[in-house]
Amino acid sequence: MKVKPHTESGLKTWVGLAALVLAMGLFYFGIPALIAQNPEVYSRYYTTLSGIALLSMASAGVWLTFYIGRINIGQGVFCLFGAYISGILVVNYGMNFWYSAIWAGVICSLLSFLIGLPILRLRGVYFAMVTLISTQVATLVVQNLAITKQGRSFALPPPAALTLPGTDIVVIPAFTLEGAAVGFYFAAITLMILTFLGLYRLVNSRIGQLCKSLQQNEELASSLGVNIVWLRLVAYAISCFVGGVAGAFYGAQQANLNVSLFTVQDSVNFLLYCFMGGLNYVVGPLIGTITLRLGWDQLSPTGEYQLAIYALALIILMFILPNGLMSLVEEGKKWFIRPNHRQKLQSMSAQKPVKTVAKSAAKKRPKTAAKTAPKSNKGRK
Amino acid sequence: MSEILQVKSITKKFGGLTAVNGVSFGVKEKEILSVIGPNGAGKSTLFKLISSFMKPSDGEVLFNGKRISNQAPHIVARKGVVRTFQETTIFKNMTVKQTVIVAHHLRSKANLWGYFVSTPNARNDEKHFGDSADEILEFLGLSSMANEQASNLPHGHLRALGIAMGLATNPKILLLDEPFAGMNHDETMKAVKMVRDLRKRGLTVLLVEHDMHAVMTISDRIVVLNFGTKIAEGTPEQIQKNPAVIEAYLGHEDKEIGL
Ligand SMILES: Nc1ncnc2c1ncn2[C@@H]1O[C@H](COP(=O)(O)OP(=O)(O)OP(=O)(O)O)[C@@H](O)[C@H]1O
Ligand SMILES: [Mg+2]
Repeated sequence: MKVKPHTESGLKTWVGLAALVLAMGLFYFGIPALIAQNPEVYSRYYTTLSGIALLSMASAGVWLTFYIGRINIGQGVFCLFGAYISGILVVNYGMNFWYSAIWAGVICSLLSFLIGLPILRLRGVYFAMVTLISTQVATLVVQNLAITKQGRSFALPPPAALTLPGTDIVVIPAFTLEGAAVGFYFAAITLMILTFLGLYRLVNSRIGQLCKSLQQNEELASSLGVNIVWLRLVAYAISCFVGGVAGAFYGAQQANLNVSLFTVQDSVNFLLYCFMGGLNYVVGPLIGTITLRLGWDQLSPTGEYQLAIYALALIILMFILPNGLMSLVEEGKKWFIRPNHRQKLQSMSAQKPVKTVAKSAAKKRPKTAAKTAPKSNKGRK
Repeated sequence: MSEILQVKSITKKFGGLTAVNGVSFGVKEKEILSVIGPNGAGKSTLFKLISSFMKPSDGEVLFNGKRISNQAPHIVARKGVVRTFQETTIFKNMTVKQTVIVAHHLRSKANLWGYFVSTPNARNDEKHFGDSADEILEFLGLSSMANEQASNLPHGHLRALGIAMGLATNPKILLLDEPFAGMNHDETMKAVKMVRDLRKRGLTVLLVEHDMHAVMTISDRIVVLNFGTKIAEGTPEQIQKNPAVIEAYLGHEDKEIGL
């Protein structure tokens, strides 16, 4: 345990920065360059990848609710609402798409306060159940409102140009029909990178520690003066903001909204992406989304067996890596660790049993020493 | 002398069971007051009522003359009334130092947004919390375990960690529920000294404890509960001679309680 925290965290920072630069290079230049090799065949990957980027963003929100100790199977609600809020603002009110996406996030997080206040009190399977049902409710809402056209086809124009307020200076040019896929790709990966950077900062700041304290023992946290209700709401609101924005972009990318854009199935998928990626790492949901979505797509030639093979693969993966794909990093670290350090670890784990014995002995010691032998009041009516 | 805490005929019912029944007492500033009683007498419940983790069925608690019952626990903690837990309640996956740093929450000057963007206030807080955590761990003899996972600590040190968390909140009144449970004699005596040192820091300490030797050594006054009712209150000497207390603890045997 005495691994000189300074060097370790310093190394971690450098590895993290290098990974970020590599990832950005890959997403912004590498992939477009690859696609340019054979645009006819590969350009469909722009749409696939921007879908993945946006879904990973929504999963990041789910991951954050996990971080405060809640199993959230309701992110589909906010993705669906986000898509429709943005769509309605653009089509019915003539708002610029880029602003409408922000509004979608804001309205979703306001909504999350209303929903969160009663349901965030619930824990474990109860919270999970309520959020699961909420996705079904969202579907019904969309199906029964005139403003959403009963959840049937709701066509969207490609995003108009974004100019600096009060000027004609174009920040983001208007999307053309042909160029929209590429435009959405760059928008989506930018959002994805911003989301994960924000999440990383959040988790590594004091807020992250507070969330962790909530995840591990809410009662204790509140005895230390942490306003657990507020913190839960804030975390949930951030999660729903991200979900709403992701939904808005996902909908706009499809250019056509309908009620099955996000269903219960999607809410469950977000959860799976987090699990499969790894709940202990910020990038877990990203890795999970990329792996599972690409995996699912690659299986499509298998036709009717696609779902069966996919499900089987998930089960096997869960068995081999119960802590998600990112636990491979832990395994990797163990292999590359300096030998003397490995020895140290081994000698430490060798000591462990002694410790446990001491601990359980202490626990077994009756808490009322024989010297006082009080009469018990327990069991009275 | 002024009473910092007043418990006024407080009652807590769980369905048909009255766990605490019309208990009243006052606590003076910088006093060490122990609450004793047989298992299930309602001591922990009383502490939960004082720290506002439970709402009383009747009666109230005043802190510095102002009512604190029925307020959210984090607000009562903010005012300076903080409890530790009877059970060894910890954040399992945090190191000892991280735990104590988190426990500094009530001293934060920055808000959540400040921590996110790392304002000067937030950076000050972080530095201050780190230093203060080191100081508290030193004070409680936990320095050598600062980077240990909290769940790996031996029992006695877990209790100390509980107290460390309490101290980090900078309380006026600290309520310790069985701080010496599971400790051997030497550890207990060390812990007793520690609680005395808390008083020197200006704290008022309320504790629930079964270790009579420790209770008699440490307390200025003692309140005795039996079946949820207060049956005695007084100095250790008075309590040891009180017939009602002896009856409650030892049935009809004519023995002094204690050692
Ligand atoms: N949340 C609750 N719901 C129902 N009954 C409870 C609850 N908490 C405590 N009780 C009951 O109230 C009575 C008093 O419990 P309490 O925990 O306050 O006793 P105690 O004096 O702290 O005992 P011990 O010495 O064992 O810690 C017990 O009979 C207990 O079963
Ligand atoms: Mg108790």
